[in-house]
Amino acid sequence: MTTYLEAIREALWEEMQIDESVFIMGEDVGAYGGAFKITEGFLEEFGSDRVIDTPISEAAIVGAAIGAAHMGLRPVVEMQFIDFIAPAFDMIVNFAAKVRYRTGVGAGFVIRGPCGGGARAGPFHSQNVESYFANVAGLKMVAPSTAYDAKGLLRAAIRDPDPVLYFEHKYLYRRVKEDLPEEVDILVPLGVARTHRPGDDLTIVTYGAMVYKAEEAATRIAEEDGAEAEVIDLRTLRPLDIDAILASTRKTGRVLIVHEAPRFGGFAGEVTAQICEQAFEWLDAPIRRVTALDTPVPYSPPLEDYYLPQVEDIVTATRWLLAY
Amino acid sequence: MSDRSLTASDLRNLLRFMLLTRGLEERLERLLKQGEVLGSLYRSLGQEATPVGSAFALGDGDWLAPSFRDLGALLVRGFPIRDVFLQYTGRTGSVAEGRDGTNQATLPDLGLLGPVSSLGTQLCALNGVALAFRMRGEPHVCMTYQGEGATRTGASHEGFAFAAAQRLPMVVVLEHNRWSFSTRSSAQAAVESWSDVAKAYGVPAIGVDGNDVLAVYDAAVEAVARARGGGGPTILVAETFRMLGHAQHDPQVYVPETELERWRKRDPIEGFERYLLEHDFETGPSLSALRDDVDGELDRAMEDALAHPMPSPTDACTRVYAEPVSEHLPWTRVDPVGYEDLSRAPLQTGASSAPPAAGTGERPTK
Repeated sequence: MTTYLEAIREALWEEMQIDESVFIMGEDVGAYGGAFKITEGFLEEFGSDRVIDTPISEAAIVGAAIGAAHMGLRPVVEMQFIDFIAPAFDMIVNFAAKVRYRTGVGAGFVIRGPCGGGARAGPFHSQNVESYFANVAGLKMVAPSTAYDAKGLLRAAIRDPDPVLYFEHKYLYRRVKEDLPEEVDILVPLGVARTHRPGDDLTIVTYGAMVYKAEEAATRIAEEDGAEAEVIDLRTLRPLDIDAILASTRKTGRVLIVHEAPRFGGFAGEVTAQICEQAFEWLDAPIRRVTALDTPVPYSPPLEDYYLPQVEDIVTATRWLLAY
Repeated sequence: MSDRSLTASDLRNLLRFMLLTRGLEERLERLLKQGEVLGSLYRSLGQEATPVGSAFALGDGDWLAPSFRDLGALLVRGFPIRDVFLQYTGRTGSVAEGRDGTNQATLPDLGLLGPVSSLGTQLCALNGVALAFRMRGEPHVCMTYQGEGATRTGASHEGFAFAAAQRLPMVVVLEHNRWSFSTRSSAQAAVESWSDVAKAYGVPAIGVDGNDVLAVYDAAVEAVARARGGGGPTILVAETFRMLGHAQHDPQVYVPETELERWRKRDPIEGFERYLLEHDFETGPSLSALRDDVDGELDRAMEDALAHPMPSPTDACTRVYAEPVSEHLPWTRVDPVGYEDLSRAPLQTGASSAPPAAGTGERPTK
């Protein structure tokens, strides 16, 4: 069985073995092996030129990735927690995302880091940052939920010619375990969603750790209400697989969007707008959202549990939609 | 001025690049007034010796990341004059293809990494180029530029910290031109000498008269040699002065005339011409002939550039990613579907019925 964390580690290890231009930069990624031990043993295997412990300088780390990418290297940058991507915002938004557009020279590199709540880690180690970047053309964003996708999407992201933000959910690191096929070269293309659970009565569009809560809710609805909810795992947020969302919408006519980030300006808003623009006639009910509260991520368990979307919320919203 | 290995042709070229810089910027200013150059124009009048002299110390395979008053460095590194005009006028044919103005661009073939408008960031990016040199065992060096104001950004501090900690082959030319927009350099930092900032990063600094192109060149040669030899980064502090406002819209009324007058006497081009005449260098044809050559070259490039077409509007949708994605089809400015059906039925105005209370689940009837 391979955990979600091991899948990320395997993807990095294998890409570094088959491609000398792949290298890692980040805080404590070398001797310590990364805060979550993703890169444990990498320094010994690949040396300090390819596993670089940096100063606590996120802008400098991302900047170096841009320059190295211009030189044909394939940097993978680790944010110790994805919350710390904020100090690198300028380099990502103003430099990396616009350099191909402005000059024709792209910067293909990956920024990966642990996102998400549920770890009782408080306001600065629990955020989901996708909406901060969703409005920036030139960036790609992925958020795997399974070990298979964690591995396949990271390998694809490393090979991608554009900057990719790779959001790995820390709650899933050791909780998700799968048998990964050994004979297959696992590679998951960016921009393609996945049907996590098929169903005809309602569509739940989600990604990241919320895939499992959506699945649990769908199972309960099937058992208790006899309705089948289809769970679409977006996997990639940009470019968005709108075709998969529309296909499911046309099939079920009812859509619930679930994400762990706060509601206001959240990713669900964009998905909602696109469905309304392109499949309004197919809808039998208003599109609904289940999201986190519009607050910072609180620390204390009762607060954080109230902040985060729960299975019960999804069940309630699902029933409302089915009854509409 | 110290002994050096510059030939008469090199000396002539140093002057030529400074003249090209000034003449090119003068033409851009005229084009701005004619409405051909849009946006802002940031001139380097009076500072030309620093970018020209420093970039002249680089060799093949080295990389350079200018800041926005370093047109001279770009020209030294081979950035086509015509393309400067193309970029500023928003025309097709340069790497920007109308997506960005200014004279900045990333051109790997020339070893140029273009900056963005957030100051100090290009040092961070250029560090990655230097890392690549080290990984590949290539003996090249990187050079970049920052005004003293830019050194106050977080990106600049982080870039210095990274370059120093990694002992990268990096030369940072700190252009101390006294003014960051309207803010005096004394309001930027509590240092007596800007060379002192190097102490914080544990790297050496070389102070130099930034208006003396040969002094700048000498200092750059020393810094480049240290970087190439594995000695790590150097900060080259060039003392100079911004003779015009921050950009063309700024008459810099805040700069005392006495200060301008003092620096006017230290014009880098006039000073270097005097030096060449006094030392009777064999620089080929006379200096006035050189000026004529430069003017001709600039006018031809400008004419060539102005004959290039403007981009077509939908070009705005391309080159966002390496491969086109459906998000960037031209119609994304408006809703993607349905407009073709508008002719089908009369437009409905006003609400067809009272809307139901939110969340009641009651369907409105039409």
